[in-house]
Amino acid sequence: MKLVDNVTEHTIPKDTVGTPFSDNAEISVRNVDVFYGEKQAIHNVSLDIGKNEVIAMIGPSGCGKSTFLRVLNRMNDTIDICRVTGEIIHDGENIYAPKTDVVPLRARVGMVFQKPNPFPKSIYDNVAYGPKLHGIASRRTDLDEIVETSLTKAGLWNEVKDRLHTPGTGLSGGQQQRLCIARTIAVNPEVILMDEPCSALDPIATAKIEELIAELSTNYTIAIVTHSMQQAARVSNRTAYFHLGHLVEVNPTEQVFTNPDHALTEAYITGRFG
Amino acid sequence: MTNTNLTQRQIIEAGLKKRYRKERAFKAAGVISIIFGLSWLVLLFGDIIGKGMPAFKSTMIQLSVNLDADDLGIDPEDATTFNKGNYDRVIRNAIRSEFAEVKSRGDRRSLGRIVSSNAGYDLRDLIKENPTLINTQASVWVKADSVVDDYFKNYYSPQKPGHILTDKQLIWVNDLIDRDKVTFQFNKGFFTSSDSRDPESAGVAGALKGSVLALIVCLVLAFPIAIAAAVYLEEFAPKNRLTDIIEVNINNLAAVPSIIFGLLGLAIFLNLFGMPRSAPLLGGMVLALMTLPTIIISARAAIKAVPPSIREAAYGLGASKMQVVLHHVIPLAMPGMLTGAIIGIAQALGETAPLLMIGMVAFIVDIPQGITDPATVLPVQIYLWSDSPERGFVANTSAAIMVLLGVLITMNLSAVLLRKRLEKRW
Amino acid sequence: MQLSSLFTLLVIAAAVAYFVGYSRSTSKGLDIGGVHKLSSLPSQYGTLALMWCLLPGVSLILTWLLVENSLLNAMIIKVLPASAQALSEGEQSLLISQVKSTAAGVAGLNVAAEIKQAADLYSGWVTRSRMYLSGLSIAVIILTIALLYKKIADTTRARNKIERVLEGLFMMSSLIAILTTLGIVLSVIYESWIFFSHVSPIDFMFGTHWSPQMAMREDQAGSSGAFGAVPLFVGTLLISFIALSIAVPAGLMTAIYLSEYAHAKVRNIVKPALEILAGIPTVVYGFFAAVTVAPFMRDSAAALDIALSPESALIAGVVMGVMIIPFVSSLSDDVINAVPQSLRDGSLGLGATHSETIRQVVIPAALPGIVGSILLAGSRAIGETMIVVMAAGLAANLTVNPLEAVTTVTVQIVTILVGDQEFDSPKTLAAFALGLMLFFTTLMLNFIALHVTKKYQERYD
Repeated sequence: MKLVDNVTEHTIPKDTVGTPFSDNAEISVRNVDVFYGEKQAIHNVSLDIGKNEVIAMIGPSGCGKSTFLRVLNRMNDTIDICRVTGEIIHDGENIYAPKTDVVPLRARVGMVFQKPNPFPKSIYDNVAYGPKLHGIASRRTDLDEIVETSLTKAGLWNEVKDRLHTPGTGLSGGQQQRLCIARTIAVNPEVILMDEPCSALDPIATAKIEELIAELSTNYTIAIVTHSMQQAARVSNRTAYFHLGHLVEVNPTEQVFTNPDHALTEAYITGRFG
Repeated sequence: MTNTNLTQRQIIEAGLKKRYRKERAFKAAGVISIIFGLSWLVLLFGDIIGKGMPAFKSTMIQLSVNLDADDLGIDPEDATTFNKGNYDRVIRNAIRSEFAEVKSRGDRRSLGRIVSSNAGYDLRDLIKENPTLINTQASVWVKADSVVDDYFKNYYSPQKPGHILTDKQLIWVNDLIDRDKVTFQFNKGFFTSSDSRDPESAGVAGALKGSVLALIVCLVLAFPIAIAAAVYLEEFAPKNRLTDIIEVNINNLAAVPSIIFGLLGLAIFLNLFGMPRSAPLLGGMVLALMTLPTIIISARAAIKAVPPSIREAAYGLGASKMQVVLHHVIPLAMPGMLTGAIIGIAQALGETAPLLMIGMVAFIVDIPQGITDPATVLPVQIYLWSDSPERGFVANTSAAIMVLLGVLITMNLSAVLLRKRLEKRW
Repeated sequence: MQLSSLFTLLVIAAAVAYFVGYSRSTSKGLDIGGVHKLSSLPSQYGTLALMWCLLPGVSLILTWLLVENSLLNAMIIKVLPASAQALSEGEQSLLISQVKSTAAGVAGLNVAAEIKQAADLYSGWVTRSRMYLSGLSIAVIILTIALLYKKIADTTRARNKIERVLEGLFMMSSLIAILTTLGIVLSVIYESWIFFSHVSPIDFMFGTHWSPQMAMREDQAGSSGAFGAVPLFVGTLLISFIALSIAVPAGLMTAIYLSEYAHAKVRNIVKPALEILAGIPTVVYGFFAAVTVAPFMRDSAAALDIALSPESALIAGVVMGVMIIPFVSSLSDDVINAVPQSLRDGSLGLGATHSETIRQVVIPAALPGIVGSILLAGSRAIGETMIVVMAAGLAANLTVNPLEAVTTVTVQIVTILVGDQEFDSPKTLAAFALGLMLFFTTLMLNFIALHVTKKYQERYD
């Protein structure tokens, strides 16, 4: 047994233990540091996110897992004082290179947020928003088709097909979140980032979203941040454990929850801190 | 799948140029809007200052006056006779002696007009201050008439003609200028005298005093009532229909056009209660009703900002509700309430329309001594002057605006400083 | 006795009452074995006594003064010759003010004998009225102090009583807002009621000819004046429309740029600068419009061969629009900031550009709040007085051409009511009817705006 009585800075390893790298990487993160002003939020993280895998990020609150996720499609650009160093390679290009354009990047790396945030528009317009912006579908019939397939993929079509033109904000919390997922897959991204997508939902709605994640993983690469270890265990192939801005351990999910490599991971999953 | 994605990527990238163009246009529209607003600010200030600066200096003509007691018709020993002296004649004689060659009656009258018609009063005041000057030949500077003032102010910029001096007057004035007998002096009278028909003698003292008196009445009435109302609504009022109505009412009153308050003052205070017309008392009451909602709203915000922990601590020591309010809540909320009061008073200071309704728009030469004397206020004075055809009044109006804006900016700055101090606390 | 000395007396009496309350309670306290045995502090007994003394005194004097005027007016009319009593209310009020100014010694020399007689009587009444008032006040004061002396007992809970009185005063203060509204409503409705007994409301609301000046000349046949207010309504709406079509886009874009794009440094400079624009009194804008903007725009238009009236709706509207920009921008700023960041993130996360996010997500989300601020701005524009008084016209032209001179409701109210008026002529009363229209229009706008904004704020709380 690897017991840790006192979790302090010096127990954090310089290098990540486990299997952070993959042969078939969709996104490769190399030596990334993130700063908010003077404060460093992410310390030297390197990680591959493999094609069509579901990778879960877990860790105590404030460990930097959400920050890390937002770095992957440059959502952190909206925060003035945020600064990122290192490389994040997607499709052979560093997304932090000066010439990289965030608009098409975000179309390819979509994001679902913690709180369901449907736009104050109709269900149809919520889903059609992205395709219209990007000019993916110009004809009405194309748009109708995209809306239907996206809602179907998100498991929402049967529930809303009769009220497509009612406001999206009128749906229940779980439906809203599935609408947000439909909205994201409507632009046909390669990667979907999910930032604690079930934290505002009840258990039944959560179960539905988890089922959905499993289905989506056949077509999409999914990176999910969760505060629930059970959820990570249920939905993901690999699990990454973050601690105080450090990526402590990455391993196949089963291993992380049964036989973690690092003392800190074990301390976390056995509930010594959270 | 890779194939479809590739085409989708191409579609997105093809549209980017247009989308970024829209982005830039949108941003530019924001910048243009801001520049539009700010340039009006600069334009307005520049224009007012440019037009108003000349009013702070007055054109003076040097005259050698013979202050013979008999000529003046006064008794050097008896100061009470000074008021009855014929100072105008002495000045007329002095200006005629400068141009001995002018003989015809019409010309001599026209010559007399280059000196302000109020110069006699200035001379009287001078003699009252210095009775020793009597029976001497004194060299004094007297105010020029506004047409000369106008001409001299534009003297150095010949591209601005348009003076209304007669040809002969022009020769005389230029002659005086050549002889160094014309100069600028700081126009002290602008701050010490009251309204006048002559632009060179008109000042803002009366209007300023009127404003101060009306604002004192306004503050004395509105501030305590507003605090009491705010305290009641925040601390005591039960949540029922009546308090709801009061709340909605206060918010609505804050947005009622000010002219409506003038109608209220006219119909109720003036006609029903028979209060004195044109008086700062009446003006102050109307302004108080108008500023009351503003002060109540900010006072309530200030009370809300007092942390509940302080209330609880006081309750814990056995204080009654009223003691908590009087000893803790009100003193702690005071800076915020004062800020609101200053903003309300600043708003009242700039208000014109309701005061027009209750007769504060008369031509009043005397500086008001009390709150029941007829008076006017600074913004109304500006309105009155802006209507006067004489060119000198344009400068006076602008100068009065500068005074008004100066006071307002000072008030608002002090409100900002107070608010800063308040913010530091918690 | 002069009013000022009466008030001085009251203050002295209050001090005496305080002292009586204080010393009496102290001695009572000593009787029962120490001041601390009293149920309240001696100073509280003092304060209670002071209140008991002041409240009846002050309310007596104020009520007296309020009633005095209308009573005296009625008495003046009674002593004037019978011919005066047959006159209309307006002419009577002129006579009354003549009598009063004669009594004050500020009227001219050639005053009719009847007036002079009435004035003498009036002075006598005033003196007597003040004498009664003084006597009554002194009696009340003495009575309360005597009562106090008896009533202050160790069992009196002075503090609770003070607090109840104070709370009552606080509540009355908050009722003043209601009284103000009531005063406004009653006065405009009452005067308008009389107006509508002279002029049909239909003619007023739908008539297209406005020339109230004719009513002054009663020798003219059928000289009831023309009170068709449609040209004023159209003029008001035209100028407000021009103002809003400048202020709304400029104010909204300013707010959007400042809250979504600008660096904190820029914002910290531009926002206060715009607040200065908002704090400039409207009379200053009026002067600027009339003296600087009007000649400039007229000359520019003339250079383009356009005939622009110097009192045109365009000039007044443009300057009013500039005045309202900071109003719109600060209201919309609050509204835009209330839109949750998560909505912006959702849109940006889909690959929308910043402006697409603002136009298609933030603005639609903020729309109710923005509509609320536009309504408030509209109410501001409709009720704005000084700019239009100084820069718009007096002649009531029925036109929607912004290049022509128009007049507005507020301009007409000011024009009619500035200077001396006969109080019951239809002309004067017309101002109140216009005031009624103005009050209810702006009230509706404000009410809807506040309601919409409140609902909106609740949505994102």
